[in-house]
Amino acid sequence: MSQFLSGSAVAEVSAHALSSNVVIAVAIGVLFSCGVYLLVSKNLIRVLLGFLLVGHGTNLLLLSSGTLGKPPIVGEDGELADPLPQAFILTSIVITLAVVTFLLAMAYRNYRLTKDTELDDDPDDVAVAARTEAAGGGE
Amino acid sequence: MIALMPLAVMLPMGGAALALIFGKRPRIQRVVSIVVLLIQLVIELWMLLEVDRNGTMVMHVGGWSAPIGITLVADRLSALMMVVSTIVTLAVLIYAISAGQADGDETDTPVSIFHPAFLILATGVSNAFMAGDLFNLFVSFEILLTASYVLITSGGTRERLRDGAPYIVVSLLSSIIFLSAIALIYTATGTVNLADLAGKLDGLPVGVLLVLQAMLLVAFGVKAAIWPMAGWLPDSYPTAPAPVTAVFAGLLTKVGVYAIIRVQTLLFPGGHFDDLLMVIALITMVVGILGALAQAGIKRMLSFTLVSHIGYMLFGVAVHNEIGLAASIYYVAHHILVQTALFLAAGLIERVAGTTVLARLSGLAVASPLLAVLFFLPAMNLAGVPPFSGFLGKVGLFEGGVEQGSGLALAVVVGGAVTSLLTLYTILRVWGRAFWRPDPEILEGGAPNERYERSQDKKQWAAAQARRRNLKEAARRMPAGMLGATTAVVAVGLLLTVAGGPIYGIAERAAVDLTDRQSYIQSVLGTEGTP
Repeated sequence: MSQFLSGSAVAEVSAHALSSNVVIAVAIGVLFSCGVYLLVSKNLIRVLLGFLLVGHGTNLLLLSSGTLGKPPIVGEDGELADPLPQAFILTSIVITLAVVTFLLAMAYRNYRLTKDTELDDDPDDVAVAARTEAAGGGE
Repeated sequence: MIALMPLAVMLPMGGAALALIFGKRPRIQRVVSIVVLLIQLVIELWMLLEVDRNGTMVMHVGGWSAPIGITLVADRLSALMMVVSTIVTLAVLIYAISAGQADGDETDTPVSIFHPAFLILATGVSNAFMAGDLFNLFVSFEILLTASYVLITSGGTRERLRDGAPYIVVSLLSSIIFLSAIALIYTATGTVNLADLAGKLDGLPVGVLLVLQAMLLVAFGVKAAIWPMAGWLPDSYPTAPAPVTAVFAGLLTKVGVYAIIRVQTLLFPGGHFDDLLMVIALITMVVGILGALAQAGIKRMLSFTLVSHIGYMLFGVAVHNEIGLAASIYYVAHHILVQTALFLAAGLIERVAGTTVLARLSGLAVASPLLAVLFFLPAMNLAGVPPFSGFLGKVGLFEGGVEQGSGLALAVVVGGAVTSLLTLYTILRVWGRAFWRPDPEILEGGAPNERYERSQDKKQWAAAQARRRNLKEAARRMPAGMLGATTAVVAVGLLLTVAGGPIYGIAERAAVDLTDRQSYIQSVLGTEGTP
């Protein structure tokens, strides 16, 4: 992306951040595509797994947004890593944890009620489908 | 005095903790929640007056200065939104408490969870309005969303899980898009502080800028329920408990609209997507209201009008001038109050008649004139009938559109007028069936006088009379708290009309602030800010 950046922006972003990311970029892509594939489902366990994958993908994306370097501790010399994305990731992990806990509780509750990991069909969708079928059958 | 700012966030959060500790003591929980929200409201009112008099208030949390630390910013827009949202939250809380007491505190909303979750929701909302950086905005979205997941599935019945799940999954996905956008923005500029970004994003090439803007718009658009991303809303809202639906309909989508306003004015003033947004606004209006026309139940109908009227607010942002922006801000405040009032009234209808399905409702105006008034006023307000605030907001929006003058803007103005009329028609349909339709006996089909003569079928007549008496009895038993809370929201909605001048004035000054970004940037960074 470096060729798109110009002026003051380049000064902010060190070359490290933009050069070493092919592996991470591919990993992010794979995590996102698998995650979204799983998310588009009525099965709550798949939704849970999908959200975990997408969440990890985003965390990697956040990680790759900062500069690389030594641990940002007072007294270290040389190029220091940017601590801000790491703080972001930490927050994001905590949020993911909370949401995953909720999704687990929901999946369990749904299992208790339906003896199935899948959610019920929406009655309106069923009604619309039935009507479409009836209209089609009439021809 | 600026030290009071974080209290608007910390109070409800602390209140939530207290409410959780007293999970087994419902009475203490109620006192804690109400007191906390009352104090929050007072603080926010003070903030609104202070900000309107002396300009934007900024608080650097923990003493870390602007681009690095967490910054809380309250300008006129934020303060106005916070006041309106806390009024609504407080009223809905009282409504919920009253409903819970009348039901004997069981099944519907397990009290020990409801109060903490509700206060956490309030925390997230006020934090979102004050967030001075994108990441803090994301965190506050997550706070309010997580609370909303709990509330929308509260009780954990099969229906609520089924209808809550799409809401949850869609929200998760939009949060992921938002977070990814933040990561990319940080890569491109090295900052997430809004004021800092306002300067640095200008330096980016247009291509990168458009990608970032599009990602943010999609993320916020899902939350605001804008047309291609609005399908989740009418599916998930109606099944939730009435107070939960009311507060969601009032606040959650408007937080998305707020974020769109903020981002479009502060970060991306270039107006790249304005035409597209205008088209989307038009489609949102029309598709939403046509959906509302087709509904058989009041709650679903209201959910669709909610989607439809988000289009107006989006239009105000898209016309990209001060008139439109001011009208949009005023319209957001108006719509929060009106939509909440309507959902609260729908909750009362459900309580009195046992259903909100139109075909099974009738004679409510006779059974309870008060309820009829409580539905009629916000309904007319929503449709934009002249003296009400909905009319003022729409006139402002249309003025903005005409001022902008492009053919597209004029087309949306026409579309907006048509949508307004269709809203009136939708509302009158509900009014005519649920309130005005005289006798329960038509429910079996056919006109009243043709089917049953008093002498012809005494049994039927007696049954109808008994039903009417039951309806009246149920109407008399409506809890005072629920009625009071609904009346309060309706009254504040009318206040927007009565005190229209001063409130519209705040909206106009807020719009001037938003258009002139320097005042925001200067008060956050303390300098000219832009390189």
